[in-house]
Amino acid sequence: MFSYVLRRLLATIPVMLIVAVFVFLMLRLTPSDPAAIIAGDNANTEQVAEIRRRLGLDQPILSQFVIWMGKTLQGDFGESFFFKKQVAELIADRLEPTLSLAFFTLLLAVIIAVPLGVVAAYRHGGWLDRIVMGFSVLGFSVPVFVIAYVLIYIFAIELNWLPVQGYQRLAQGVGGWLQRLILPSITLSVIYIALIARITRTSVLEVMNEEYIRTARAKGQTEAKVLIRHALANAAVPIVTVVGLGVALLIGGVVVTESVYTIPGLGRLTVDAVLARDYPTIQAVILLFSLAYVLINLAVDLAYTFLDPRIRY
Amino acid sequence: MSIEALPAELVEGPPQRRRTLRLAARNPSVVIGALIVLALALLGLLAPLLDTLPPSEINPVFRNKKPGAERLIRDSNGTEHKYVHRFGTDSLGRDIYSRVLYGARVSLIIGITVAVISVAVGLVIGLIAGYVRWLDGSIMRVMDGLMAIPAILLAMGVVSLSRAGLIAVVIAIVIPEIPRVVRLVRSIVLSIREEPYVEAAITVGTPTPLLLIRHVLPNTVAPLIVQGTFTCASAILIEAVLSFLGVGIPPETPTWGNIMAEGRSLFRVYPHNIFYPGLCLALAVLAINMLGDGLRDTLDPRFAKRV
Repeated sequence: MFSYVLRRLLATIPVMLIVAVFVFLMLRLTPSDPAAIIAGDNANTEQVAEIRRRLGLDQPILSQFVIWMGKTLQGDFGESFFFKKQVAELIADRLEPTLSLAFFTLLLAVIIAVPLGVVAAYRHGGWLDRIVMGFSVLGFSVPVFVIAYVLIYIFAIELNWLPVQGYQRLAQGVGGWLQRLILPSITLSVIYIALIARITRTSVLEVMNEEYIRTARAKGQTEAKVLIRHALANAAVPIVTVVGLGVALLIGGVVVTESVYTIPGLGRLTVDAVLARDYPTIQAVILLFSLAYVLINLAVDLAYTFLDPRIRY
Repeated sequence: MSIEALPAELVEGPPQRRRTLRLAARNPSVVIGALIVLALALLGLLAPLLDTLPPSEINPVFRNKKPGAERLIRDSNGTEHKYVHRFGTDSLGRDIYSRVLYGARVSLIIGITVAVISVAVGLVIGLIAGYVRWLDGSIMRVMDGLMAIPAILLAMGVVSLSRAGLIAVVIAIVIPEIPRVVRLVRSIVLSIREEPYVEAAITVGTPTPLLLIRHVLPNTVAPLIVQGTFTCASAILIEAVLSFLGVGIPPETPTWGNIMAEGRSLFRVYPHNIFYPGLCLALAVLAINMLGDGLRDTLDPRFAKRV
């Protein structure tokens, strides 16, 4: 087991290295000179040259990459062109809203989607099954921002139950923090619910034909226990896999959702950075989100052994 | 021997392929999806004939009007007639109905272009990865790396490198889609390689390019049609997201994402700027996804089981 974990951990290194090469090349491929951007419009040639030397841009590209990698690994992403702050500081500042949003979205999605999928599989072919399947096709097709505006229109403007947008830090009170996260989390969870409900339905359906389900029923187990302890437990591996893969969708959705609800998180930072062509920030954000995605999927892979004791490494 | 002397199924092609096509045409999800896509394509194509105004025509007097607002328009020959803004106007006085119809053009063009390019490029790379064993490892590592970056982030990163425009947006959406096609093609090639008829072809000395074209390529057609359909839907979505965030197609071009981006600031008062294009966008993506689901079920039953 330990050697397997170590092997999988090492296997993420080449993947992240490729991401890093791509992100590094991104800045070098820009038509504009980063040193000139930092120096501003009023700088003279010597000042630009000085900045270029300070950033190491006058060195060969391979040593630039090594220097950049070394700094990045220490958490030094350089200074933001636009915000004139250390990118690492900027990111630390924006972490809380994004993590809160992602946490509630995941929680909501799993709580709603898994029972929905199980019931749809149990009542296979019935009206509930059709509703769940219809909803999941719909959830994949309606863009996040359209869902966001429909929810804002209904719950914030017409009914006036919840704030239209904004974010309140957890430190300023749990109530306001929760209240402002409700709509964004529901918005973001729709596509995730569609994804998880669909795979839960498919994998539970597959398991329902197994002989141990018949055995469980034959020995007089209640239907609820058959569904949860026998069917769902055996269908867990594909469900958890999809939850992990869905994180890519979640990250894309975070960018949009935070923009619609003006939440000052990493997603909003990404949009601002792209609009301002703030390359150090763009690089850092892409690296961080990709790392999170890779690590979450690594954790999912490692969770297989706990979910399904038949899987051994 | 004349053609008439041949059995009917030899003249008309393999019966199985025709049966598949007929099966696809009978699948309700394929029919409904295709009809909606066709309708949207026609609306976009025939937009100039459907009582629209030039989509970028600004009218400072007639800003932010609700759907159904009327105004007088002077024709080139001097006569005046009443024009109804069916979907209202935006904050620059542009007619939303006209912009939404013209927007269908951009969305469908981007969806189809991205699907064709990513399938073509992915097919070539996938064939190479599947057939040239010593290149397989390094190609797939690069693809894994690209797949590790969430699609929208990767697209935003690529867009930030150049001036916003149609070509930049297409490239930005194609890059994250390619690895998915490559993986699919590679897995097909790897399983086809083991088939007896491929081994037989190798034994009789078929050169590799011919082998790929005659035996491997036909097996990729059905899965790639399905994959291309889903790519088209996802490309339309990503384009709308990019434009909505202000990093996609330049704002004066009528695209569904741009119309919605423009309507953001006044959403509380004039929600129609967001709802009409949003509805079209959702409908288009839904229709293409339905088409894809139906095609997957009929063209490629193996693939249907895999997902």
